[in-house]
Amino acid sequence: MLQINCPYCGPRSEVEFRCGGESHIKRPGPPEDVSDAEWSEYLFFRKNPKGIHFERWLHRFGCGRWFNIARDTVSHEVLHEYAIDMPAPTIIEKTK
Amino acid sequence: MKRYSALSLFREGLNDQKGWQAAWRNPEPKSEYEVIIIGGGGHGLATAYYLAKEHGITNVAVLEKAWIGGGNTGRNTTVIRSNYFFRESAEFYDFSVKLYEGLSKELNYNIMFSQRGMWNIAQDRHGLEMLRRAANAMGLNGVPAEFHTETEVRRRIPLLNDAPRFPILAGLLQSRGGTARHDAVAWGYARGADARGIDIIQNCEVTGFDIKNGQIQGVKTSKGNIKAKKVALAVAGHTSVLAELAGFRLPIISYALQACVSEPVKPVLDTVVMAMGTGVYISQSDKGELVFGGGIDHYPSYAQRGNLPVMEHTAAGIVDMFPQFSRMRFLRQWAGIVDVMYDSTPVVGKSPIDGMYLNCGWGTGGFKAIPAGGFCFAHTIAQDEPHHLVTPFNLKRFETGALIDEATGAGIAH
Repeated sequence: MLQINCPYCGPRSEVEFRCGGESHIKRPGPPEDVSDAEWSEYLFFRKNPKGIHFERWLHRFGCGRWFNIARDTVSHEVLHEYAIDMPAPTIIEKTK
Repeated sequence: MKRYSALSLFREGLNDQKGWQAAWRNPEPKSEYEVIIIGGGGHGLATAYYLAKEHGITNVAVLEKAWIGGGNTGRNTTVIRSNYFFRESAEFYDFSVKLYEGLSKELNYNIMFSQRGMWNIAQDRHGLEMLRRAANAMGLNGVPAEFHTETEVRRRIPLLNDAPRFPILAGLLQSRGGTARHDAVAWGYARGADARGIDIIQNCEVTGFDIKNGQIQGVKTSKGNIKAKKVALAVAGHTSVLAELAGFRLPIISYALQACVSEPVKPVLDTVVMAMGTGVYISQSDKGELVFGGGIDHYPSYAQRGNLPVMEHTAAGIVDMFPQFSRMRFLRQWAGIVDVMYDSTPVVGKSPIDGMYLNCGWGTGGFKAIPAGGFCFAHTIAQDEPHHLVTPFNLKRFETGALIDEATGAGIAH
């Protein structure tokens, strides 16, 4: 089971949270200039990396606020928690 | 290939079992093939088999990074069914059930397909409406299904809890559904493909692609470079990883899907039961183990082990349906990495790279699709045109909007 450090409430069990998927996806625009292919890319296509993933989480049964985390999708280790409006941190992957 | 028969079994019994031959060879890769299939699971091996049998293409290699059938093919809960909602899915999955019905004979390999029936149990008013709708949809799609009210459900499955937290209101039975020996499906196809001259190369990991002017030229592997004008991906949860090596992205997210088995006991449950209220399902294997599973883990993962909260939820659902199982011990627990598409429908067809083909997005339900997936994928590779059953399962649908949303249509657990 994961322990996630909510930036607002501190360390809590994963059952209090909901994963909202890949973070830092920019909505294309203005809408009239966006092609079907670009909408498709924005809506459906994802990095889905085997390794470090930057993702949004919601502290659903806590403060109810969204934030970002950097998590390894193989070890599940949570490397960073940071505010929803912060850019993705630079992480040098540990040699495995 | 020596055929298996009652006579060969008898003869080997007298011969101290010394006359059996290996079911497939263990060749080193050649420098070039007509077709390379990446992934030695059910779909990859079935594709190889049908390429040889239906299309006469035998200069084919199946590359597997570990051992064949060791990924999701060996990690699923062996359920076979075709109780889908949309016509496109129903036609495809019912074709798969039909191929399964003749597969032991076709492969001369006992896959132990037992059509013991698959029950979906409604446990609230909305579930009941979903079930009625599913019964009508299946009827319209020409897939036989029986709708039964509580009394009949309880008569057919006497083990059900008398007073569960989620009441049993009705059940939908697909009597042609059931279970099969999952390893045997991979092994049977491997033996059949090998006998037709296809090279199955284990412990050979693909590390990159050779692509020139948008056209595939070959693959880089842990056993050296291998040339091929056609490369086919059948790697389930790792499709995004290989797509990244080839320079494109996919509408896939990889999750861990857990399953587990109990200690073996005498026969108690002669069908497959899926509880719609809790999303968990259970059957009993021929060895006597109770095999059960539930929904996927809640965040993207490439770890083949799974997480506790989901397992706890699954166990609770099983105990609600069958309280007598609460005393039983887990024997094994594991997870497979499933490739979930946004509409819970797979992609079988072309990729953005010329000569590269995709068989992915099966999510939590790839095992039941193996024969049809392999059959249609082989056609797609051989003809360079999708088989008509998988034409709707194209990658372009995410752009055109022609999604086949089985997540809401059939109420798939993820």
